[in-house]
Amino acid sequence: MYEPKMVLTDEQKDILNGKQGPTKAKIMETLVRYGDIFDAKRLVKVTHNQGHLVTSFGIPLLKPVYRIMDEIIAADLKAEGGFSMDPRPLDYKNVKCSPLEKLVFNLILYGKQEDYEKQLTKIGLTSKDKFTCACYFKEVGNIPKEGDILSWAESSAVNYANSVLGARCNRNSGMIDIFGSILGYVPEFGLLTDEGRKATYKVIVKTSKKPIPQILGSAIGMKVMEEVPYIVGLDKFLGSELTDDVCDYLKDFGAATASNGAVGLYHIENLTPEAKKLKTKLLVKDYKEYVIDDEELERIYKSYPIMWKNKDKKGNLAFIGCPHLSLNQLNLWTDRIVNALKENNLKKVKARTILCTAPEVKEEFMKTPNYQRLLKTGATLTCICPLMYTNNPLTKSHRIMTSSNKLRTYSIARYYKDEELLLAICGKEVK
Amino acid sequence: MKQFKGRVLASGNYKGKVIVSKQGVNTLATFQKSALMNKKQVIASDQNNSDIYGKNITGIALALPMTIGSTTGGMVLQVVCSMGINPACLLFSEPIDSLAAAGVVLAKVWENSNIIVIDKLGKEFLDTIKSDDDIEVKEDGTVTIL
Repeated sequence: MYEPKMVLTDEQKDILNGKQGPTKAKIMETLVRYGDIFDAKRLVKVTHNQGHLVTSFGIPLLKPVYRIMDEIIAADLKAEGGFSMDPRPLDYKNVKCSPLEKLVFNLILYGKQEDYEKQLTKIGLTSKDKFTCACYFKEVGNIPKEGDILSWAESSAVNYANSVLGARCNRNSGMIDIFGSILGYVPEFGLLTDEGRKATYKVIVKTSKKPIPQILGSAIGMKVMEEVPYIVGLDKFLGSELTDDVCDYLKDFGAATASNGAVGLYHIENLTPEAKKLKTKLLVKDYKEYVIDDEELERIYKSYPIMWKNKDKKGNLAFIGCPHLSLNQLNLWTDRIVNALKENNLKKVKARTILCTAPEVKEEFMKTPNYQRLLKTGATLTCICPLMYTNNPLTKSHRIMTSSNKLRTYSIARYYKDEELLLAICGKEVK
Repeated sequence: MKQFKGRVLASGNYKGKVIVSKQGVNTLATFQKSALMNKKQVIASDQNNSDIYGKNITGIALALPMTIGSTTGGMVLQVVCSMGINPACLLFSEPIDSLAAAGVVLAKVWENSNIIVIDKLGKEFLDTIKSDDDIEVKEDGTVTIL
């Protein structure tokens, strides 16, 4: 029997002691042990009751996950507030695969997808379309309020919820996310506390123009790792309002900080909610400093390894949208691709080009004329996670290009700046 | 011979070699390829971590500052522990991060794993220890570089 260090209520003690069944007791023990490692004093209520789960892929290998899901179902437990999920791994209609690739995807990689989705539905998946890493898009609707306590995972979503929405969530792992949603409690430590949300790094942006979010986020992530940065000098380029454009910037910037490092929360002076209210009071006394100028960003960009087998050949497959593109970004990329083709006297893209977005955003986009404009370029639109596509070792035969630093980090995709990627998909040489 | 003392999160004894990552270990990027392909050993596959890239880290001590990256990290640790292809020990110089902590707890509560985990070994530990050093880890959280 585990002896908790934190103080539990009588009800929580009863759950831990098995009075509500052995499965709930193990879930409680997991959360209590997890909190005890961080000296959490107590469990606190999850106030935004919609969860978000990171594990959306039915890989046969994840036997422990399926076993625990079965145990949860057998115990008649579920996440009462429901939850959204990270994106599905496959969409053969819009992301074409060779017969051999399909074989690997269907039999080896994601052979349990259907069974797993049945399990998810039984334990609280909100609807069949709730598969996106950007559950906080208004079209998707899993949007916490400032100050809400969450039980989410997915590094980019947690990062966005903490930083842009002002909600409170630790960088929970897969499984911890669903456990917190089932119990309705999470241990109070780290980013759930005022102290844990203070910045230990002051990042000073001294670039000559608006930095590319994917590279700026990468630089900050690699430097601060899991610490909280307070960023000054960026509001000069972004302004002080969370407009659609700014939110898109912060989504991509944050995902890069979270994947290239382990950033769960950042503050941007005069822009993000807590920085606007508390200003430099958010900085701890003995904070460290990191200055980012044009040279530093160039150094970071040049440090990215090219992992293609044949580095001299042109790319032949481009993924745009990791994290998923917003409606605003879909319109922007459509214009960019159409204009790039026009400038290069082309009717269709020269490299297979796939844009990724949330199912509800895709539905909205399909109602607009831009959807047909995009399709006419030869590009396709999907709702998968491109990272899960690149998990198939056979996809190494493609020279995958991306403008996502997250996808670059977890795959052998080569990173290109947006304007470089546009040239590349028009078949131009990009050095 | 140099000795360091950390906090025991999962106890056990180990004597053998160590692989050292001076930078944060990206759990998903490091373990995913071997785990996905159901390999019997984990060959570290994080292209951004030249300290451990391409090295076999199954059954051996792994010294690191922390883990970083995707929030699948804890679950990935649970899976490699359930497959028995985990490092024998995780020796953190820093306080353990939330993803690795989740993995350790999931492995303990749901998989009855015997992975040894010690954190807070200190900066000097990571500055001193080198890959291929022979080390001894004791139940009380003492790590000796032999």
